[in-house]
Amino acid sequence: MLELKNISYRVSTPEGELDILNDITLTIPDHKLVVFTGPNGGGKTTLAKVIMGLIRPTAGQILYNGQDVTDLDITARARLGISYGFQQPPRFKGITVHDLLLLAAGGEKLSKDRCCNYLTQVGLCANDYLDREVDASLSGGEVKRIEIATILARKGRLMIFDEPEAGIDLWSFARLTETFEQLHATGNATMIIISHQERIIRLADEIIVVAGGQIAHRGTTEEIFPLILADTLGSCPVMNRKEAAQ
Amino acid sequence: MITDIDAKLLEKIADLTGKPAAALNIRKDSGCEARQSTEHIEITGKTDKPGIDIRIKDGTRGEKCYIPVIISRTGLTEMVYNDFFVGDNCDVEIVAGCGIHNSGCDESRHDGVHTFYIGKNSRVRYSEKHYGENAPDQTGRNVMNPQTIVYLGEGSVMEMDTIQIRGIDSTKRFTKFVCEAGSEVVVTERLLTHGRQIAESDMEIQLNGDDARGRVISRSVAQDASEQVFYPRMEGNARCFGHVQCDSIIMGQAKVKSIPAIAANCTEAQLIHEAAIGKIAGDQLLKLETLGLSPEEAEETILKGFLR
Repeated sequence: MLELKNISYRVSTPEGELDILNDITLTIPDHKLVVFTGPNGGGKTTLAKVIMGLIRPTAGQILYNGQDVTDLDITARARLGISYGFQQPPRFKGITVHDLLLLAAGGEKLSKDRCCNYLTQVGLCANDYLDREVDASLSGGEVKRIEIATILARKGRLMIFDEPEAGIDLWSFARLTETFEQLHATGNATMIIISHQERIIRLADEIIVVAGGQIAHRGTTEEIFPLILADTLGSCPVMNRKEAAQ
Repeated sequence: MITDIDAKLLEKIADLTGKPAAALNIRKDSGCEARQSTEHIEITGKTDKPGIDIRIKDGTRGEKCYIPVIISRTGLTEMVYNDFFVGDNCDVEIVAGCGIHNSGCDESRHDGVHTFYIGKNSRVRYSEKHYGENAPDQTGRNVMNPQTIVYLGEGSVMEMDTIQIRGIDSTKRFTKFVCEAGSEVVVTERLLTHGRQIAESDMEIQLNGDDARGRVISRSVAQDASEQVFYPRMEGNARCFGHVQCDSIIMGQAKVKSIPAIAANCTEAQLIHEAAIGKIAGDQLLKLETLGLSPEEAEETILKGFLR
């Protein structure tokens, strides 16, 4: 179980102090698939990074399976079973897809079949990709899918995916959605997915809308989805006036 | 006599363990420690200056030739000339390399000139690894200045893989290729410097014949207060294609200078160069840490991959 208690993240800007996250308290039970959604700049990615240790909160406490991990670094949290798929994964000259999968799997010996399995789950063929370097020769969508494959190979108990759909073509996206669905069905991992895609949102046990550095809404898909649709015009005064005039 | 230290050096610089069934010449402390020729590859000592001649007969295929150099004495300085005469229609692998185990406080230095005369339609894979180390509590400098000059005949291909593993205090490298029609050269240079080491690599690729192709891939890591200078030059004198790519990772207080140059003397020449110098990207480290690696392991993994 993941517990966030009164998490805040405040930064200094030329205009003064700015709260990116403001007193967020949240519990995510084991084996749930939770989607963080909400407007750009609302704090979703920051919140996810705080969980992985990529960002240190300025206030609050994080408990993972009852252990206080607030002061643990990224490596220690990764070794506890937290994993993170970056929205824009880095590229590595000289490091192959196979190397990355091996690193992700830790000490586990990873057969070619196993690698093939992870790559197939993100719509890539091992024969074409296993020996390729994760460098600029790969497209953004390819690197993104490899990133997700490393999270699968990691077999973490808590998997965080930051906009996994970004940059991925429609066909691969459909495959990816199936993978998330299957992964959730096995019940082995808790999943936090930052997404704006309806197909992913609809997979969620719970949707958490993060806006203005706070949790604006949370609930089931049935409860929250109508609110998201209603909110699509909410932030645009021009559109609101047009709607009102009609 | 090959000591345990020598054996470790040989394995490190030439992946050589025991005596292979291949043409072989082991040079140790300026003497000939072992030599064997095969039916197709003949190795003979030079009579006018230090070094050997390696003659590979026309049509020799699938054979390997090992010519490593090791130095275990401190204060030893040598200049060696090795000439390779590779016939037509060959497909061979040549493994060179130099390792110094400096046992004292004086400078040990190996300067070598390798000249290749490669016939037509042959393929040569040439690798050389350079490595230096000091005996415990010893501070003698290790210096290597390798020169490689290649005359590549029509339709021939040479893949040259040159690596400075570590422990070389000063190196000045010179590599030159003269490429005839339809020939192809791929040079991969990987270089690590640390401490206060200095490395200079000067490279000249002349693409003289139609359809000649040249590719230079240079990857280097400069750590601590070391300094590196790269000067790869590609010259297109015919209908040819050339690509120079230099990438360096800079760390600590190191300095790196990369000056790729391309010169076209024919309107049909297509030449490209790219050069990049930068520190290890923060997001690369973070990504590997999220896979459970410590920051130190992450850095090592990135450097190892980069110099692979």
